[in-house]
Amino acid sequence: MTATNLATLGEGCRTVPLAGHVGFDSLPDQLVNKSVSQGFCFNILCVGETGLGKSTLMDTLFNTKFEGEPATHTQPGVQLQSNTYDLQESNVRLKLTIVSTVGFGDQINKEDSYKPIVEFIDAQFEAYLQEELKIRRVLHTYHDSRIHVCLYFIAPTGHSLKSLDLVTMKKLDSKVNIIPIIAKADAISKSELTKFKIKITSELVSNGVQIYQFPTDDESVAEINGTMNAHLPFAVIGSTEELKIGNKMMRARQYPWGTVQVENEAHCDFVKLREMLIRVNMEDLREQTHTRHYELYRRCKLEEMGFKDTDPDSKPFSLQETYEAKRNEFLGELQKKEEEMRQMFVQRVKEKEAELKEAEKELHEKFDRLKKLHQDEKKKLEDKKKSLDDEVNAFKQRKTAAELLQSQGSQAGGSQTLKRDKEKKK
Amino acid sequence: MDPLRRSPSPCLSLRPSSPSTPPCEMLGPVGIEAVLDQLKIKAMKMGFEFNIMVVGQSGLGKSTMVNTLFKSKVWKSDPPGLGVPTPQTLQLHSLTHVIEEKGVKLKLTVTDTPGFGDQINNDNCWDPILGYINEQYEQYLQQEILITRQRHIPDTRVHCCVYFVPPTGHCLRPLDIEFLQRLCRTVNVVPVIARADSLTMEEREAFRRRIQQNLRTHCIDVYPQMCFDEDINDKILNSKLRDRIPFAVVGADQEHVVNGRCVLGRKTKWGIIEVENMAHCEFPLLRDLLIRSHLQDLKDITHNVHYENYRIIRLNESHLLPRGPGWVNLAPASPGQLTTPRTFKVCRGAHDDSDDEF
Repeated sequence: MTATNLATLGEGCRTVPLAGHVGFDSLPDQLVNKSVSQGFCFNILCVGETGLGKSTLMDTLFNTKFEGEPATHTQPGVQLQSNTYDLQESNVRLKLTIVSTVGFGDQINKEDSYKPIVEFIDAQFEAYLQEELKIRRVLHTYHDSRIHVCLYFIAPTGHSLKSLDLVTMKKLDSKVNIIPIIAKADAISKSELTKFKIKITSELVSNGVQIYQFPTDDESVAEINGTMNAHLPFAVIGSTEELKIGNKMMRARQYPWGTVQVENEAHCDFVKLREMLIRVNMEDLREQTHTRHYELYRRCKLEEMGFKDTDPDSKPFSLQETYEAKRNEFLGELQKKEEEMRQMFVQRVKEKEAELKEAEKELHEKFDRLKKLHQDEKKKLEDKKKSLDDEVNAFKQRKTAAELLQSQGSQAGGSQTLKRDKEKKK
Repeated sequence: MDPLRRSPSPCLSLRPSSPSTPPCEMLGPVGIEAVLDQLKIKAMKMGFEFNIMVVGQSGLGKSTMVNTLFKSKVWKSDPPGLGVPTPQTLQLHSLTHVIEEKGVKLKLTVTDTPGFGDQINNDNCWDPILGYINEQYEQYLQQEILITRQRHIPDTRVHCCVYFVPPTGHCLRPLDIEFLQRLCRTVNVVPVIARADSLTMEEREAFRRRIQQNLRTHCIDVYPQMCFDEDINDKILNSKLRDRIPFAVVGADQEHVVNGRCVLGRKTKWGIIEVENMAHCEFPLLRDLLIRSHLQDLKDITHNVHYENYRIIRLNESHLLPRGPGWVNLAPASPGQLTTPRTFKVCRGAHDDSDDEF
């Protein structure tokens, strides 16, 4: 990459000798000053099972105590927790984002464990892509949240990689720079460690997992990077406790059988990791993320959306034309959908109207029926009443007739009784 | 108010807008500042690019000035003598060189504009220049929106335009004013008083004040633009510069011996004008501005402000343009369409993105 840059720089133009001091050798300083005033940002993703010491290692790496509590083992699924911190060293401001997987490897069924991680990384790329494609954009002040490096924590079993590790790393290697680390390396002895490292590297190679190789094309760092490449994966220990060893305070872990010093290169590779990650290759990690992983994502995404660079007649298509076409297509679809919905609505209304009319008719019929019934009843009742009245009248007549007879009879009977009494008396 | 009188996009803070995050105290050295060295190494490896355009009437010493600035024979051709006719139309010549100093490689592209303002009728003589500038933006934009992009897009955009004002001693001419108004919206413009050896010190000062007055009246915002000052240090530094703009410069590429020293200068019967002597002319100020202190700033403002403004117009206008292969190539005759003034802001908080996303 570097060789081509110099070549393109000098291609087609002559090199002119300078007759004196012009002064543009201050250019790198100007550039650096600009960058310093803007600040840097760096995003680390820590992937590993719960309890492997991810948070402790971050604390140890950056020599500070980040807030947070240890995660439980009872998470239902893998989640990613992201925290951003502002660090400052002399005049360099660093915005550090640490993303940690919570609950990785705790489930019984781990088939989908890698999915949240991949989705998270893609989401960061997507956010950047959206910002880049905006018409009014502010890329130079945009807070870059793309993951620059993924530290993959391998459990110190001493045997080989777990299949979960292999699967996850295979899914991540085209999206992010992976640096595998053997965590809690104080659980492995030296001889086991060498064998473990060899086994891991051979497994990674045989499965085609591409981990991040420290760049060896620039002379100033080629040597150190080359040797470090041979030490991958780094066996690290993290500790935030300081113990007095000799006459210095050092970060270490104390056991009954001895003390493990974090910054002692004979004990673990922590110093190597810090060198590589921060002091030598931070800029390269960011550049790889931007020029390789992000470009790959962008290319796939744009092709998926249907954009092309050239059409079959090899006339360069423009992104704008395809924008236009897509936009018109989209609008057309929207219109069609709207039409459909409107028609459906009208139909439904008609149906409902018909239903209601039916119901109304029924009601009318019922009403008529009831009315008829009611009238019949009424007529019947009236007939009955009439007959009853007739009977009553008849009865009354008979009663009056009977009474009349009775009264006549009683008169006659009275007189007759008088007569009878008289006769009796006689 | 005259719609042409519009300064380039207002207040833009170039500092990143970050959500408020808790600052953390580090208990010991971590090594974060090593990233500065990494940046430097990367920059030295990649090399730098700088594109400068010199505009002015013929005979004002543009080519000599460029040679003096970069201390090399950038322009091989001799200035047009009596036998060479002045060009009938404005042409643009571009030359690219690679110069190296102490391991820093700079790819320098100088664009000259012979024939500017030389005709009897100078209507729209700025159109080819604006067209050229916009064409560079267009090329960059085309490269940027490709699906498979190059790792490093070659930057041919004009970072700085040095405008040579003839030393009349009065004030800016209408041609100057028209040109500056149009150009300061598209590119960083640095006006200079050319051939200042024909003015005395007092005349220079008066001329300078009058030019500054003219610039203020016509709302021409030349580099360094006040609205891009980020902090108090920048403001102080740039205010000092703004006070001296336009610089009164003299160009020379021949060496003479003065008091035992070898200096660049112009030899006349009444003395030697030393180019690098602050008492004689302000060439060192120009050189420092362009090369030693503000080169990166020029590039940044071109990339973050002028290019973005161009991109916004370009992407917005395409909705109105009919679809077809014709618009991909920007015809140099139609830049007027793209320089119609519009009020747009490239401002951190003012987005109306809802209809910009697709």
